[in-house]
Amino acid sequence: MEDYHGMWAELGLDLERHDEFLEGLGPAYQEIYLNQEFRPKGMEYFDFTTSEIHGLRIKELLELKKKGHKIVGTFCVYVPEEIVMAARGVWVGVCGGSQFSIPDAERILPSNLCPLIKSAFGFMEAKTSPYYQVPDFFVGEATCDGKKKVWEIFGNYVPFYTMEIPNSKSYMGKRLWLDEVIKFKEKMERESGVSITPEELEEKIQLINRKRRTLARFFDLRKADPPPISGKDALLVSQIAYYDDPERFTTKVNVLCDELEEKVQKGMGVVKKGTPRIMISGCPFALPFWKLHHTVESSKAVVVCEESCVGTRYFTNPVDEGCPTLEDKFKAIADRYLKINCSCFTPNEERIEEIARYVRDFKVDGVILFTLQFCLTYSIECIKVQKALKRFNVPVLEIETDYGEQDVGQLQTRIEAFIEQIS
Amino acid sequence: MFGGIDIGSRTVKIVVMENGEVRDFQVRNSGYDPYAQASELASELIKAYKPKRLVATGYGRHAFEVDFAHSVITEIKAHSLGARYLCPNCRTVIDVGGQDSKGISLNEKGRVINFRMNDRCAAGTGRFLEIMAKTLGFSIEEFGKEALSAEESVKINSMCTVFAESEVISLISRRVPLLSIALGVHKAIADRISSLIGRLNLSPDVVFTGGVANNICVHRLLERKLKQKILVPRHPEIVGAMGAAIEAGTA
Repeated sequence: MEDYHGMWAELGLDLERHDEFLEGLGPAYQEIYLNQEFRPKGMEYFDFTTSEIHGLRIKELLELKKKGHKIVGTFCVYVPEEIVMAARGVWVGVCGGSQFSIPDAERILPSNLCPLIKSAFGFMEAKTSPYYQVPDFFVGEATCDGKKKVWEIFGNYVPFYTMEIPNSKSYMGKRLWLDEVIKFKEKMERESGVSITPEELEEKIQLINRKRRTLARFFDLRKADPPPISGKDALLVSQIAYYDDPERFTTKVNVLCDELEEKVQKGMGVVKKGTPRIMISGCPFALPFWKLHHTVESSKAVVVCEESCVGTRYFTNPVDEGCPTLEDKFKAIADRYLKINCSCFTPNEERIEEIARYVRDFKVDGVILFTLQFCLTYSIECIKVQKALKRFNVPVLEIETDYGEQDVGQLQTRIEAFIEQIS
Repeated sequence: MFGGIDIGSRTVKIVVMENGEVRDFQVRNSGYDPYAQASELASELIKAYKPKRLVATGYGRHAFEVDFAHSVITEIKAHSLGARYLCPNCRTVIDVGGQDSKGISLNEKGRVINFRMNDRCAAGTGRFLEIMAKTLGFSIEEFGKEALSAEESVKINSMCTVFAESEVISLISRRVPLLSIALGVHKAIADRISSLIGRLNLSPDVVFTGGVANNICVHRLLERKLKQKILVPRHPEIVGAMGAAIEAGTA
């Protein structure tokens, strides 16, 4: 591997602590990922990308930046990728998924705040990740209370833009959101000095749709019994989707899918046929949060679907293609993004319907409702989801956790007992 | 002959069963090296009874599986099997141990259909009671009986073991009678357990297991709170190990 210390120093990272962070990741990756059996060959690319996520990918982003492309750090699946790209920008997801940066955040932010926000803030504040040094500006969205208030604080450190998200998908909510999409387009045009043309936008809509369809194809392959890929590997692919170049990513996922398709045809899988199939539903899994998947898959079960922002919410519903005017295209984009069923909306019945559909399609034996600690909206929504799943006779386990390791003993007992229950 | 071992956070329990009867059992403090305690107990047992199979449960189950046990089951399954064996109509198990409390719902056939378990925090567990007994100067054996004799109680607001200890200390310094504080502590733990398991269907028979079930005050307060008769077996702390031994006999 190339030595990137010069690049990191130039970015102003706290080199000593950044090294400490990276050194912790290596052994964890070995234990959680590389020790798995029957891994598809196509995962090599994703192993490589993960190992170079602070190295080669940052180098690429810096080169793009030098050529005048705007690098846009985002925190949420609502920030339209195709608009960023149509204005010659680069969209990169920068949510935090590590305990490492949380003590740094807690020097400033309240500790009873979701770990995803704290982790991101800590990396930014303590300069321990290049992903907060490279972007030209950041886009947050006013989804939950924690995020929208922390964006205000983020703005004291880095250029920050916030998109407003409506509270409901009502007529007024939809109008507000379309307005926000247009305002964001104007923001992108100002930043990059480019006017978005219909041709450019259509091209990017189709590009991101190809990425979405490829991920849908990938998830479809997990419906097989036995599944041809572990939940952990599938999770990694979903996580890398936020960082990688969309064109290259799509190609590599398709290569992986070809391999998996062959395995499914031969009835080959990563576990024995009949292994209990788990869906995890709820909060996002920011890189490198692998704890929950690892615990489930170390307990004689396999994760077959994530109903999550790092999972189905990222790729369901392509944007309508071929809309005649620029205005129609923006409308189509706004429509598509508002179909994402996040718990920050009220009501959010569509999410429950979606979960029920996945339970059926992925032949799920049990659902883990996963909440990051202090994520109020997902935590409260568990009550409704649980009630709905009871009607379908699907066993449910509620798990609230964070990025720390202190609860792994209890987590293991609860997950093992859940798997005993459904086996 | 079949053996079950339950390696808990506070004690290690071992049970030997033959033809559906308990032949022998032992309980020992886990100390700082529960694995060594468990190994010693298991070696003695294997020598004395030569069990056909040994199943492990409890916190230390996985470490133990490598050297001794034929298989492992979780505490949830173990307590369910044990409670069901002692009380064939059991549909609900409340297990309160050293650092965990659990509520388990069983179907007619005794299969686990739902459960609730505390995460990460020791509030409402045996460890909480131990620390409070020590702070108030009671032995753990007498703590429940004494508290039950209190005429009034004070409200303990804190659920965190550490904060509750400070709260108790400040009550002591205000010269609140120790018995009233003791009853308050027991009420706090009963509240905590009942809110944890509140979302379950608490169908009878309800069986209370784990070391804390030896505490008569928690037992009575839970009955009052849940408006249910709660059965406590003679040695509630070995029910998990019994369940493991039953599993060893059927697997």
